[in-house]
Amino acid sequence: MTDTLTPGIVAGRLSAKEIAANFADLHAPLDPHEAAVAADRCYFCYDAPCVTACPTDIDIPLFIRQIATGQAEAAGHTIFEQNILGGMCARVCPTEDLCEGACVREMAEGKPVEIGRLQRYATDAVMARQDHPFSRAAATGKRIAVVGAGPAGLSCAHGLARRGHDVVVYEAKAKPGGLNEFGIAAYKSTDDFAQAEVAWLMQIGGIEMRHGCALGRDVALAELEADYDAVFLGIGLGDVNALDVAGATREGVGDAVGFIADLRQAADLTALPVGRNVVVIGGGMTAIDAAVQSKLLGAETVTVAYRRGQDRMGASRYEQDLATSKGVRILCNVSPVAIHGNGAAVEIELEYTREAGTDLTGTGETIRLPADQVFRAIGQTLAPPDGIARAGTKLSVSGPGRTTRDKVWAGGDCTPGDDLTVVAVAEGRDAAADIHAVLMGDAG
Amino acid sequence: MADLTTNFVGIESPNPFWLASAPPTDKEYNVRRAFEAGWGGVVWKTLGSEGPPVVNVNGPRYGVVYGADRRVLGLNNIELITDRPLEVNLEEMARVKADFPDRALIASIMVPCEEAAWKAILPRVAETGADGIELNFGCPHGMSERGMGSAVGQVPEYIEMVTRWCKTYYDKPVIVKLTPNITDIRKPAAAARNGGADAVSLINTINSITSVDLDRMCPEPTIDGKGSHGGYCGPAVKPIALSMVSEIARAEATRGLPISGIGGVTTWRDAAEYMALGCGNVQVCTAAMTYGFRIVEEMKRGLSAWMDEKGYARTSDFVGMAVPNVTDWQYLNLNYVTKARIDPEACIQCGRCYAACEDTSHQAIAMKPGRVFEVIDAECVACNLCVDVCPVENCISMVELAPGETDPRTGKVVEEAYANWTQHPNNPMAVKAAE
Repeated sequence: MTDTLTPGIVAGRLSAKEIAANFADLHAPLDPHEAAVAADRCYFCYDAPCVTACPTDIDIPLFIRQIATGQAEAAGHTIFEQNILGGMCARVCPTEDLCEGACVREMAEGKPVEIGRLQRYATDAVMARQDHPFSRAAATGKRIAVVGAGPAGLSCAHGLARRGHDVVVYEAKAKPGGLNEFGIAAYKSTDDFAQAEVAWLMQIGGIEMRHGCALGRDVALAELEADYDAVFLGIGLGDVNALDVAGATREGVGDAVGFIADLRQAADLTALPVGRNVVVIGGGMTAIDAAVQSKLLGAETVTVAYRRGQDRMGASRYEQDLATSKGVRILCNVSPVAIHGNGAAVEIELEYTREAGTDLTGTGETIRLPADQVFRAIGQTLAPPDGIARAGTKLSVSGPGRTTRDKVWAGGDCTPGDDLTVVAVAEGRDAAADIHAVLMGDAG
Repeated sequence: MADLTTNFVGIESPNPFWLASAPPTDKEYNVRRAFEAGWGGVVWKTLGSEGPPVVNVNGPRYGVVYGADRRVLGLNNIELITDRPLEVNLEEMARVKADFPDRALIASIMVPCEEAAWKAILPRVAETGADGIELNFGCPHGMSERGMGSAVGQVPEYIEMVTRWCKTYYDKPVIVKLTPNITDIRKPAAAARNGGADAVSLINTINSITSVDLDRMCPEPTIDGKGSHGGYCGPAVKPIALSMVSEIARAEATRGLPISGIGGVTTWRDAAEYMALGCGNVQVCTAAMTYGFRIVEEMKRGLSAWMDEKGYARTSDFVGMAVPNVTDWQYLNLNYVTKARIDPEACIQCGRCYAACEDTSHQAIAMKPGRVFEVIDAECVACNLCVDVCPVENCISMVELAPGETDPRTGKVVEEAYANWTQHPNNPMAVKAAE
């Protein structure tokens, strides 16, 4: 019988019941009384720090007050005005680093108002009826191509459609949602929420979705520029950084992004294989998501190996604590040297590191951990389309997503800024407003 | 250990916490539980005349006003006086009193404003061994439509008249329970004293509609689509009651008249406040109805601990101590100057003080980079609103300017001498007096 101690990368380490419990909603929805109590804790701050901290500038004190006064749906509308993917952001935002981290009650008592869960309460109230709060403006006759149906593209498409433009979304994958659908831990987006959200968003009308259509492969940028009045690129980061160590190509070594995507798309998680001893290389959200889910699938040991100190990890403290609470070990100041094995990975060899300022040097001391599965989570890079200037590794944009090409805007992870869903939504939203202004002739 | 024993108009009780005449004291079963839980006294649910008892509505009797987390801040009721036969109540009272001789047992009474009615019931009550009576001149709902309750309490002449009848036909203490649904509480209190009352108790409940059902467009509590005003009580009414108590405690005509304080007493602190304003004891209802009888334990322990801390051996040591400090506005010291001070260490940067001051007061708080809030002394009138809206206790305090300092707002040097409005040059009456 397969269990957590079974060697190698195998499926079915846990029973269906255990899997279901492990992958249940991380933050169960608030019931109405819980929401009322949570909402009552908001101080309705002046020039509230939580709003400042929100990349989409949601009027948080207002929506919380609306919940407190028994108007959850109206609260949802307040959120959607600023952030059409407010439902997903309520689930996946690193609120501890954003709104809740800025909440004055965090300063006062180390216990912020539960803004994320309240936002979910309000957005769920609207979406429960699949009621769409917006209607389209009169048709403008303008047509815009949006490349990528991730958070940036969806946000932009909705903003444009709402203003009366016709939008065609080109999406390489067979499903919309981008990282919401493929790149987030399953317990943060249960019950196929990403798809439900897209369906709800599409109710605005005027958005045509074309799947299996990748930029550069199935459609060229020049073609889009010729066929449309404007183009928005929300293409994310296509490439996964390689791991440059001996044995990096051994069987059992893979990228965390692919693992998370497979997990999200798996119809039956008991059929999804996972190693007995899993090591995740990296220190960001993706590393944590891969590590936690490996553990939840039944791996015996899971280690996150990060080359710098814990304070430098990209994953928030909350995510780190979540990981350790699930039994993941976080090993800091270790850098991979080699992956050993005879064909398949058996062990990973890590060298301890020492930081001096930004310099990172190996101490010469190494440690070996059993590892039949190794995930790379050391970042993703842009696979840039031709003909657009770059700023560092990303597309160069000025103002609300204007690229160096006249008719082309961009936003989301492919442009500079934090690679967060909420940032992508803000960028898509702002680009839509700018595209509209330019097309309708009232841009500054 | 402080001695909580009280002697209120000759009625001894082991502590100053009595249950007010209300649903919790409607029958033997409840009252026994209350005494077993440690209450010092009970004012039995109001008795009516002999004969068919009153009837109550068969729908909701109570309405509520909630604070956070459904905390009961205010409760109203449309329940009438006891709807059980007089004889049953009297028999039960006699039994309970016999079993709890050390506790105070008071009979609340409401009968028509006719001498015969009072003359008839008083001897019956006396037979129970009750320690005294309380005249219910307060209930504002239902019975008032029949010329009783607050309908009597709103006419000082009736109060005096009935009180006198009671003093004539009953030889134990008579407490007159006052309605707050009146403009000047001193008038009915003085009338009670003139009629010979041994004490007054207040406040009874306040005319109220707790809320409106916006779907059915009817007031709460709702009976078959209609509502009637009820009597409001609970923590929300305490400030109103404290003020009325203080008025009676310091008015010439009523000074020294024993007072039993009622209105939102929920903790030992509430009780201590009422007593500091001159109440010999307190009566409790809503808190018991919200949390059950056991809360008296907190009240007793809390009051005792506070008295120990302050060095008060018995309740009479501090009863009335705050009364001399209640005065008229015109006698407040206009040379007392304070300024708000915000402790940056304690500040959590919510900015509520700023919003309150900037939008609704005197623009006396500056919001500096990094959400640092600072008081502008040249604008601060010391209104205290920032202190009141600040969610952090002691974060903002009012600091007194010492005599000799200059108030940057007025440019005037703070004077040491006390000076009030009656002496102020802007007061035309003061100028006239000087002439």
